[in-house]
Amino acid sequence: MEVFLQTLVAGILKGGLYGLIGMGMSLIMGVMGIINLAHGQLMMVGMYITFLLSHYLGIDPYLSLFVSMPALFLLGVAIQKYTLNPLMEVDSILPENQVLMTVGIGMVLTEITRFIFSSDYKSVQTSYSNATFFLGEISFSIALVIAFFIAILFTLFMFWFLLKTDVGRSIRATAQDKDAALLMGVNSKRITIITFGLGSALVAAAGTLLMPIYYLFPDIGGPFTRKAFVITILGGLGSTVGAIFGGITLGLAEAFGATYIGMAYDDMIGLIIFILVLLFLPGGFKRLTKI
Amino acid sequence: MKKIAPLILLIILIIFPLVIQNAYYQHLMILVLMWVVIGSGWNVIAGYTGQVSFGDAAFFGTGAYTAGILAYHFHISAWWGMAFGGIMAMGVAFPFGWICFRLRGAYFALASLALNEVCRHIATVAEPLTQGMVGILIMPSFLSKIPYYYIALALAVLSVGFVQIVMHSKWGYYFLSIREDQDAAESLGINTHHYKMVSLNIAAFLTGMAGALFMNYMGFIDPSVVFSLHDISIMAILVGIVGGVGTIFGPVVGAFVMVAVHEFFRTGFFGLFKGLAALTGSDFLIVAAKYISQAHVLGFGILVVLVILLLPNGIVGDWKKIVDKLFPFKKKGVST
Repeated sequence: MEVFLQTLVAGILKGGLYGLIGMGMSLIMGVMGIINLAHGQLMMVGMYITFLLSHYLGIDPYLSLFVSMPALFLLGVAIQKYTLNPLMEVDSILPENQVLMTVGIGMVLTEITRFIFSSDYKSVQTSYSNATFFLGEISFSIALVIAFFIAILFTLFMFWFLLKTDVGRSIRATAQDKDAALLMGVNSKRITIITFGLGSALVAAAGTLLMPIYYLFPDIGGPFTRKAFVITILGGLGSTVGAIFGGITLGLAEAFGATYIGMAYDDMIGLIIFILVLLFLPGGFKRLTKI
Repeated sequence: MKKIAPLILLIILIIFPLVIQNAYYQHLMILVLMWVVIGSGWNVIAGYTGQVSFGDAAFFGTGAYTAGILAYHFHISAWWGMAFGGIMAMGVAFPFGWICFRLRGAYFALASLALNEVCRHIATVAEPLTQGMVGILIMPSFLSKIPYYYIALALAVLSVGFVQIVMHSKWGYYFLSIREDQDAAESLGINTHHYKMVSLNIAAFLTGMAGALFMNYMGFIDPSVVFSLHDISIMAILVGIVGGVGTIFGPVVGAFVMVAVHEFFRTGFFGLFKGLAALTGSDFLIVAAKYISQAHVLGFGILVVLVILLLPNGIVGDWKKIVDKLFPFKKKGVST
C-alpha cells in the first residue's frame, strides 16, 4: 500500500510539470494547427540557461525563471517570425512543411548546444536537491513539491490570461477560427508570434523547475518532445485544461509503469498510451468535458 | 531529350563501377542507390498520397532486422531477407495504417513518429531475438563492392519503374486525388482508407527491401542505427523533399544530392579545411577543421531549414524557378 501511495504522489508531482510542458505545446497547436516538434529542444535551451546562471553566477534555479522565461519567449518569437511565418506564404504541395521545419529547428538547437557544451552530463546541485520531508510513511521531494506548486501557479495565471485579457481572448479567437478572427480585426500573424513565444516560455519554466532534480545533456530534448505530444494528444488537441489532465495522467502512468513493470519500459508507456488514446478516445479528454 | 535522359543515366550507372575502381566512391554510390529506393517509397505515401510519414525507419529497420534475424538465428542466407524484409515491413505497416489512417495531416505524421520510437524500443528490449543494443553481425557474402552495387542498382531501377507504373495506373490517380482533397475524393466514391493503406504498404515494402539490402551490405545493425529518427526517417523526408515531392525522378536526384551533402559535411568539406590547415600550418584552420567535422549534424539541420524555406517543392519540382533565378537573362530570351 505504501509503495502504491508513494508512486501515486511521485506521479502526480511529476505530472504537474508535464502539464506545464504540454500546455505550451497545446497552445501552439491550437493557434497554428501544427505540432511543434522542437518543443523539448526549447526546454533544453531553457535548462542550459538555468545551468549557466547557477554554475557561473550562483543564481538559484527558481530565481533564474526570470531570465530563462523571457529569453525563451524571445527565442520563440524569433523562430515563429523568421522561420515558421514565412512558410505560410510559400507555395508547396505538402502542408506539413511547418512541422518538418520544427524538426529542423530542433536539430539545429541540439547541435548548437552540443557544440558549445559538449555531450557531457551536467546538473545543478542545490541544498534542497535531495531534501525530502515525510507525511506519514510517504516521502516528498522538496524540489518536486515546489516545482509542482509553481507549475500550478503558472497554470492558473495562464487561465486568467487566456480568459480575461485582450491578447488572451485574441489567442482563443484565432484558435477557434482563424479567418473569422482575422475579419474581427485580430492580427493573427502577431497572435501566432506571441503564442509561440508564450509556449516557449512555459516550457522553459518547466525545464528550469526540473533542473534541481534532473540532469542535463543536449539530447534531452527528444524524449521531452515525445512526452509533450503524448500529453497533447491525451488532453485533446489545443485544450489547455486537457493538457494538465494529460500531464498528470502521463506522470501517473510513468510512475506506475516504472514501479510495477520496469524502468526499461519508461518511454514506451507513453507511446502505448498514445496509441490507446487514438484507438479508444480520439480527441482526448477534451471530448469528455466539452470545454 | 526528356525521354532518353533516364536511359543515359542508367547506362552511366551501369558502367560506373567498371570505370571508377575506388572503393570509397563505389560505397557512396551504393548508398545513393539505397536511398533512391527509400526515397521512392516515401514519395509514394507522402509525395503522391499526401500522408507525410516520419516513421520510415520503422519499415527500414524491420526489413534490416528480418534479414539479420534470418541469418543469425535460422542460418538462412540474409539475401532471403530481401523478399521477407519487404513483407515483414508490410506486416508492420498494415496494423499501423489500419489504426492511424483515421488521423489526418500532422497527426498522422506524429503517429508515424511514435511508430518509429515503438519499433526502436521493441528492438532494444527484445534481446533474445534482436540482441538488443549489441546488434546483429553477419558475414558479408562478397568481398568486392561490385555485386552489391549491381544488386542495389537493380533494386533502385525496379522501384523507380514500379512507382512509375503504379502512378500511371488507376491507383496512382486515386492517390493523387486523396492528396489534393480527401473529402472530395471520398465524395466521389473513392475508398480513401483503403487506398491510403495500399499506398502505405507499397512504401513499406520498398523501404523494407532497402533495409534488407542495408543489412546485407553493412553486415552490422543495431537499433540506434536502423531505427534512427534523424539518420533514416528525416533523411528519407529530405531525399523526397530535396529531389521533388511527387515526381518520379525526384528521389533519384534527392538521394544523390543528400548523400553527397551528408558526406560533404561529415568529412569536413571533403577534407578541404584539413588540407588547407596542413598546407598553411595556421592554427585557426586546424581548430576550424576539427569543429567542422564535429558539427556535421548541425550543418544537416541548417540544410533542412534552408531547403524547406527556399525549395519547398524540391529540385525537380522547382526546376523552373531555379533556372529563372540562376539565369535571369535566359528568361528574358524566352519571353521576347
